[in-house]
Amino acid sequence: MGRQVLLIEDEPNIIEAIRFILSRDGWDVKTHSNGVDAVDAVRARMPDVIILDVMLPGKSGFDILTEIRGDAALAQMPVLMLTARGQTKDREMAERAGASHYMTKPFSNAEILETVRQLVVT
Amino acid sequence: MPTLNMLVLVCLLYVVLLFLVAFAADRAALRGRGKWLRSPIVYTLSLSIYCTAWTFYGAVGFAARSGLEFVTIYLGPTLVMIGWWWVLRKMVRVGQAQRITSIADLISSRYGKSNTLAVFVTLLAVVGTTPYIALQLQSVTLSFAAFAETGPDTAQAMSRQATAFWLALGLALFTILFGTRNLDANERHHGVVMAIALEAVVKLFALLAVGVFVVWGLAGGVSETLARIDASEIAEWNVSGSRWIGLTALSAAAFLCLPRMFQVMVVENENEDHLRTAAWAFPAYLMLMSLFVVPIAAVGLDLLPKSTNPDLFVLSLPLAEGREGLAILSFLGGFSSATSMVIVAAIALSTMVSNHIVMPIWLNMTGGNAVISGDVRQVALLARRLSIAGIVFLGYLYFQISGGGTALAKIGLVSFAGVAQFLPAMIGGLFWRGATRTGALAGLLIGSVVWLYSLFLPSFGASMVLSEDIMQNGLLGLSWLRPQALFGAEGMDPLVHAVMWSMLLNTSGFILFSLLSFPKPIERLQGAQFVNVYDHSPTTGGWTGGLAQTEDLLIMAQRIMGGSQAQSFFARAAERQGIGGYLPEPSPDFLQALERELSGSVGGAAAHAMVGQIVGGASVSVEDLMAVADETAQIMEYSNRLEAKSTELTRTARQLREANEKLTQLSRQKDAFLSQVSHELRTPMTSIRAFSEILRDSDALKPAESSKYASVIHDEAIRLTRLLDDLLDLSVLESGQVSLNVQTGTLGDLLDRAAASAAGGSGDLEIRRKRGDEDIVLSTDLDRLAQVFINLIANARKYCDANKPSLTISTRVAGDTLLVDFIDNGTGIPTDKQGVIFEKFSRIGDTKAGGAGLGLAICREIMARLGGQVTYLPGQGGAAFRVILPLQERLAAQ
Repeated sequence: MGRQVLLIEDEPNIIEAIRFILSRDGWDVKTHSNGVDAVDAVRARMPDVIILDVMLPGKSGFDILTEIRGDAALAQMPVLMLTARGQTKDREMAERAGASHYMTKPFSNAEILETVRQLVVT
Repeated sequence: MPTLNMLVLVCLLYVVLLFLVAFAADRAALRGRGKWLRSPIVYTLSLSIYCTAWTFYGAVGFAARSGLEFVTIYLGPTLVMIGWWWVLRKMVRVGQAQRITSIADLISSRYGKSNTLAVFVTLLAVVGTTPYIALQLQSVTLSFAAFAETGPDTAQAMSRQATAFWLALGLALFTILFGTRNLDANERHHGVVMAIALEAVVKLFALLAVGVFVVWGLAGGVSETLARIDASEIAEWNVSGSRWIGLTALSAAAFLCLPRMFQVMVVENENEDHLRTAAWAFPAYLMLMSLFVVPIAAVGLDLLPKSTNPDLFVLSLPLAEGREGLAILSFLGGFSSATSMVIVAAIALSTMVSNHIVMPIWLNMTGGNAVISGDVRQVALLARRLSIAGIVFLGYLYFQISGGGTALAKIGLVSFAGVAQFLPAMIGGLFWRGATRTGALAGLLIGSVVWLYSLFLPSFGASMVLSEDIMQNGLLGLSWLRPQALFGAEGMDPLVHAVMWSMLLNTSGFILFSLLSFPKPIERLQGAQFVNVYDHSPTTGGWTGGLAQTEDLLIMAQRIMGGSQAQSFFARAAERQGIGGYLPEPSPDFLQALERELSGSVGGAAAHAMVGQIVGGASVSVEDLMAVADETAQIMEYSNRLEAKSTELTRTARQLREANEKLTQLSRQKDAFLSQVSHELRTPMTSIRAFSEILRDSDALKPAESSKYASVIHDEAIRLTRLLDDLLDLSVLESGQVSLNVQTGTLGDLLDRAAASAAGGSGDLEIRRKRGDEDIVLSTDLDRLAQVFINLIANARKYCDANKPSLTISTRVAGDTLLVDFIDNGTGIPTDKQGVIFEKFSRIGDTKAGGAGLGLAICREIMARLGGQVTYLPGQGGAAFRVILPLQERLAAQ
């Protein structure tokens, strides 16, 4: 059983792409495509790493991250944030909310793979 | 020999001439003609009322008795005109800015519009001026007498009393006629000023004529005249230095403070620049006036019998030589000097008496209601006329009582010393912010008491008022209180002594009490207005509006200023405020302007009180108090000066702020839009990049996978293209640069086209229409309208969440408007979202069905361009959109 990654993202094509990339590397990829109960999904799955989109239906990625960091059980969980709004303001918000890493779409496959690996090692 | 009858006739003719001149000048001024009326020369000549009969006749007598001492009387004003030009300029500026009506008004306005001060100054001015008027009456009667003595028929001679009486009566009449035609003292008395200017020319000409006659006719040339002067005692320098300085300073002070001088110099001043001309022209006039004084005196002493009154040399020399014409001219010169002084002094004093004594008492007696119901204008005019008559009568009375003795001759300087008491309060008020009402009152009180005790009362002669005992041993036997040796200052000239002590104590009292007392807010404000008159826009701290009844103010102003004048003033004010009609808002600005306008008629203190009675409440606003509390004078002055500017700037700043807010909002919208665009572009690009890398890097892909991933890339590329198309479309529509391609077609055909375009893709959508209703000919941009329909149908296809989705399209014509409703059978759009669905990038729900959220925004823009609109129709079961299009387009096209 490989390490588990939880992908919280609402765009089906991107979900498919990331799932393909990470599964081939031996990851167990779980997905969740709704912002509202994303934190519940995290608690249920307790993944090794989370990939979190910013623009989610129901609740913003920043809010979800803040909630994760506020929960003692989840606080240390590595979170990779993805955003399609490539503005520095968003990067700052992500860092303030406590993102472990931040990545702007579109990303290269190798890059996301490398990042996820590193997040789990550290 | 000229008979007295002839003299009387000449006098009458001269007076008639003056009447005509005054009348003509008034008429010319009324018609707005006569620029020459306002020339600096007329102004300068009017200043010559300084040279009264006392100087006309008396200077020669003065010279005959005490040599060159008479020069001091001319030296003082000359020094003031040349050296203190800036003081005069400030007085004139303040006088115009504050609409000052008299010296009492100036002092009272400066010290917080205090009526106590005004009353005090007025009383002192009356006390100081009455003997002076008597002096004029005396000089004219004496000159009559001089003729009578030489006349063949002494029985014809009128008694002096009768002469004085008729003269006083005539002068009072003239003054009333021309001095009170306008109630507003600030409106110049053109007629009077013109008559005075004429009299100035006459007296100068007369004196010069006599002088020329004496030098070349009697003495036989310049050198002979000089020889005679050398031979006479005039040449001896028999004047003490202190008396010289004292007299020069005194006449300088009097020149500034005499009510009649203030009247012509400040109140009647048309233009500040006239002072420039007067600064050299008036000293030149004085020099000409004094040019022949010494020769006339020397020759008179030489030729005339010792018994002749030297005061009348100017007259008796030509008479003795049998030059009747010249004598009459000389008489007219003296007559001019006397009458002009009396007229102006009466006008000046009557203004003060009526404004500061009669009106306040009347207002007080009748209470606040009278301001509105009583006829203030008539009362004020009557008060002023009675005051004129009263003042001239007082002068006559004084002349009668004093018996016209030699004591009267000295009264000129005594009178000067009296009015000079105003100087510290006036100059201090103009230049020292720290001067207070208490200080001014104290200085005036001390100065005038010292003056009364040490100069005025003793001037009636020994044991007339003050007993010999007091004169010798002092009041209550205290030797340091001897009237002419106060505090042990013995051996001084009585006049210099009195001037020194009164001015010294006056000034010290003024400064001391000013420093010790704390000024009231209104005094501080007025002080700043006066001291910094050049910096200030002419506003005074004043009323807070709001409580004032503008209508009551108008009624009051009509009573004082006259109906049409008041109405036009109010109408102008209303217009300035951007309101029509006659009733402006009682803003502080307006109330101040009104008060200033009224103060021109009734004086500052009375105007303040009248406006106060109607406006009620505090006369000093909270802002004023705040400004006063701020002790740093600079800040206050600065803020006052910039007040007008700052309101303007505030307005501009507010506009800028609004513009800035709008821009900021636009900028925020733009940021949000760019962010959205970025998101919408990056999302498909992410898929495209990821899958293309997968295709590139992964060798062992199943054919099905490769094909699936390739089609994802394909779909996302199309989505990108569509997004860009939509964005461009929207930007063109929003910028208004879209050109409409108007075509004609039926609604039914258009809906067919739209339904066909929107067909295909996922899901089956049943479209229900009533084709019978759709046979409506449209003339509009059909392609654009079709775009809207396609969008609405496609949305229903994409988002309708019913099991068997269907869309009902119903058409209705309401008046000139076409209504097309698109209603599906899904769950519709939640109420809280209905407001935002037409915004860019707004998407409802989780569906990512390819749209970027621009469709409805584009629809909205298109409908706006077509002159209609698209709205969400709530309460229809499913999602319902209504397209509204005006049919005028259609009609117009047909």
